[in-house]
Amino acid sequence: MVCLESADDGVINWPTFVSQCFNGLVLGALLALISSGLTIIYGTLGVLNLAHGAMFMLGGYAGWVAYTYTGSFIAAIIAGSLFVMLVGVVMERVIISHFYTRPHEDQLLVTFGLGIVFVEAVRFFFGSLSKSVPPPPPLAGITPIGFMFYPTYRLALLGIVAVALLALYFVLYRTRLGMIVRAGIEDSVMVDSLGIDVYKVFMLVFGIGAMAAGFAGIVNAPVVSIAPDVGESVLVQTFVVVVIGGVGSFPGAVLGGLIAGEIVSITSMFNPGYSYVMLFAAMTLVLVLRPYGLLGTAGRE
Amino acid sequence: MRNQRPLVIETLTAIGLIAAPFVLPYLGFAPTTVNRILIWGLFGIGFDILFGFTGLLSFGQSAFFGTGGMVAAYLLTIMNFPHVMTAVFIGAIVAAVVGYLVGLIALRRTGIYFAMITVAIAEVFYFVEFNPLSAYTGGENGLPGVPTPVFNLGFTTLNFSSDRSLYGLLAFCYFIGIVIALRIVRSPVGAVLSAIRDNPLRAAAVGHNIHGYKLTAFVIAAAYAGFAGGLLGIMQGFMPPEAFNFDTSGQLVMQTAIGGAGTLFGPLVGATVWLYLSDFLQTTLHLGATWKLVLGIVFVLLVCFLRHGLIGGLVDLARLATGNAQHRKAVETAGHRVAPSAALAAESAAPIIHLTPSPRRPKPVGDSSTILQAEGLTKRFGGLVANDGINFSVRCGERRGIIGPNGAGKSTFFKMLTCEMRPSEGRIVFEGRDITGMSVTEVCQLGLTKSYQVNQLFNRLTVRENATIAVLAEKRGPFRLDLLRHVGSVEGVTARVDDTLKVVHLAERADRPVSELAYGEKRRLEIGLALATAPSLLLLDEPLAGMSPLERVEMVQLLKSISHGRTMIIIDHDMDSLFELVERVTVLQEGRVLVEGTPAEIKGNAAVQEAYLGGVHAA
Repeated sequence: MVCLESADDGVINWPTFVSQCFNGLVLGALLALISSGLTIIYGTLGVLNLAHGAMFMLGGYAGWVAYTYTGSFIAAIIAGSLFVMLVGVVMERVIISHFYTRPHEDQLLVTFGLGIVFVEAVRFFFGSLSKSVPPPPPLAGITPIGFMFYPTYRLALLGIVAVALLALYFVLYRTRLGMIVRAGIEDSVMVDSLGIDVYKVFMLVFGIGAMAAGFAGIVNAPVVSIAPDVGESVLVQTFVVVVIGGVGSFPGAVLGGLIAGEIVSITSMFNPGYSYVMLFAAMTLVLVLRPYGLLGTAGRE
Repeated sequence: MRNQRPLVIETLTAIGLIAAPFVLPYLGFAPTTVNRILIWGLFGIGFDILFGFTGLLSFGQSAFFGTGGMVAAYLLTIMNFPHVMTAVFIGAIVAAVVGYLVGLIALRRTGIYFAMITVAIAEVFYFVEFNPLSAYTGGENGLPGVPTPVFNLGFTTLNFSSDRSLYGLLAFCYFIGIVIALRIVRSPVGAVLSAIRDNPLRAAAVGHNIHGYKLTAFVIAAAYAGFAGGLLGIMQGFMPPEAFNFDTSGQLVMQTAIGGAGTLFGPLVGATVWLYLSDFLQTTLHLGATWKLVLGIVFVLLVCFLRHGLIGGLVDLARLATGNAQHRKAVETAGHRVAPSAALAAESAAPIIHLTPSPRRPKPVGDSSTILQAEGLTKRFGGLVANDGINFSVRCGERRGIIGPNGAGKSTFFKMLTCEMRPSEGRIVFEGRDITGMSVTEVCQLGLTKSYQVNQLFNRLTVRENATIAVLAEKRGPFRLDLLRHVGSVEGVTARVDDTLKVVHLAERADRPVSELAYGEKRRLEIGLALATAPSLLLLDEPLAGMSPLERVEMVQLLKSISHGRTMIIIDHDMDSLFELVERVTVLQEGRVLVEGTPAEIKGNAAVQEAYLGGVHAA
């Protein structure tokens, strides 16, 4: 779970409610970022990356290693993002690129296997015990906002993730590469026919999508300590987000992420055990009413 | 459909299961490992029907494994239910019911969505087991004290408390499980499932209710999972909550892929490799937790290099060994085969084969002279109007051609007639019934179907199996649960399949896989699939596309031969062939009917010439 916690001693009052809504916003933004990575990879390459949760975890560990050596949180963020991007690019070149012509099931199997290899490799090198990265000193402590106190880093995290999402939006909607990626989501054969080397684009997209997960993994590390299997529940939540928002849709991922984040946080206020059930109920509702997701179209299957 | 000697596999399985406890200990298998393999193997049989045979990859089987196990364990421990095996059966039934409900949601989507939804659902079960239901399931402690079965046979009492005796019980269950599964995959339902895996679109178009069949496969998989879960509790004397873990689903998927999906035995082989390696790496090599890393790497390599798992690899190897001889034989027979045109000449002299629909098809309603009538048919794609208020009617027994320049809306028109696409406006009446808004499956069952512009075949199946699937839809209706019946025993199927293949000149190629056919042969099979459903109205979307001049002549012959007692509407760009074939022609241009008339009238029509050539100067 990314940052799920129940209200202290079960008292539900106004400040708790607002702070849980805030938690939901932070979790939602984080899920939106991770899901955007998953959804642009799927939309462009047609590959559902089941190792995406492991990428999130790898980002946390790479950042933790950098932090341990340098003591700098900025270095940790850079290391976490770049390392996972590199892993993504290498994974796409060495393995995934051979799977474009194979059935979807094979792609699922191989990314699932790779996810396990990543998790177990981290367990092998760093052990099963969780690690934590403290927030940078200026962002430690709590901040009073109106009638309640809120952890400063979480407030900052909301800003950090929002900036990352904006950056991703800028890349997708304001650059040439982004235009090609969005065109590729619509029709990658057509993009190929126009004389654009889609395979180079695929590699970049895989790198960027992986980086989104890795970045989320390290910036979330001060909130929830990292462990080898931290990615599993993230992956599941990401799936729900993508199903709710619509596959291949960046705005859908953002909307779905925020919805999912709020559902998890608000349900946790009453009983954390039901947060998944509610998430699932929301997904079912969307599937029944809008089978292609809130902002998805009946394109890819 | 899978083999000609029906009981060979069953017998070999029985022998293997009897021999295993004597052989495996020498190879270093612990008795509990062997029992565990059987449970995973049984769990996997159902999953293989879902994944290997139907093509639905679920990452949520742990939900049913856990549910079945927990229900059985709850009955046996907390409710003190006396009959152990009955409790396991009840667990399997509950799992199947849960599977039905989950399937209703998960099967709303296919492919990758399906995989994601099953993951999410399984995770929900995990949380429900741990929190809201922990009073019943023991939460993270599970349910201890699950008893082993005792059968009192009067003269003796069978007790299954030791690993050895438990093996007997598990092996018996596995054997029954595999026998039932073999019956299922050889049944008409099994045939339809593999059709859905290969080409769901066509499986629906020849008249099968594919949603119903997918749900069936899902429920079967859930029942097997639930049964195996119950046995797990008995074997361990304790029902572990870990059964609900995502890892359980993951392990099942990996074992099946390692062994080979679509073989039924793949999961057993995979479980053997998996559990043996995990024992070996942990106890012999003392790798500790690293065993999972090694297995993960092994799995990735296997998926990369051995596409069809270990069993698939062995089969390929066997083919490679025996393949050369077979290939030589195939080349020889090909040499001796009569040239197609000669065969055609010979067969056109032969009596015409009539493919008549079975009596279960509904009779036409009302006036029978007009078979199809479309009124004001309009289709808009956003701002683009592909079909604009088309009025169209076809007499019974007519051969009608539709021509028009590219983009005239011919294929869209066909898609609306076969109900693949819902019209924006207008209505379609077929044999006196309003079919507007029906599904493609329903109209095919009424006797209206289409052969596709781009071949839509079941590529991994043989020619005969392809035709069988189409015939089954007509003989059995859209949905029927004859799970234990042999496909060949459905009345009239074999005869109809043979007739169809004769008509499309593919009788000699009946046992070849579709992937080995030449393009022209595939094209004939494409028409054969539509024909096998004995349609009273057959639509043909560019049947001559991509064929050589010689093949075109043959195809026109073929189309003429199948037109007796049948109405046909044909789209094609080859006007010479089309005009020879049809009685009337409708010309579409820019989504509207430009003109309609006999071939001679159309040839002389200035408007048609202008539509095609973009302006003809008056001579």
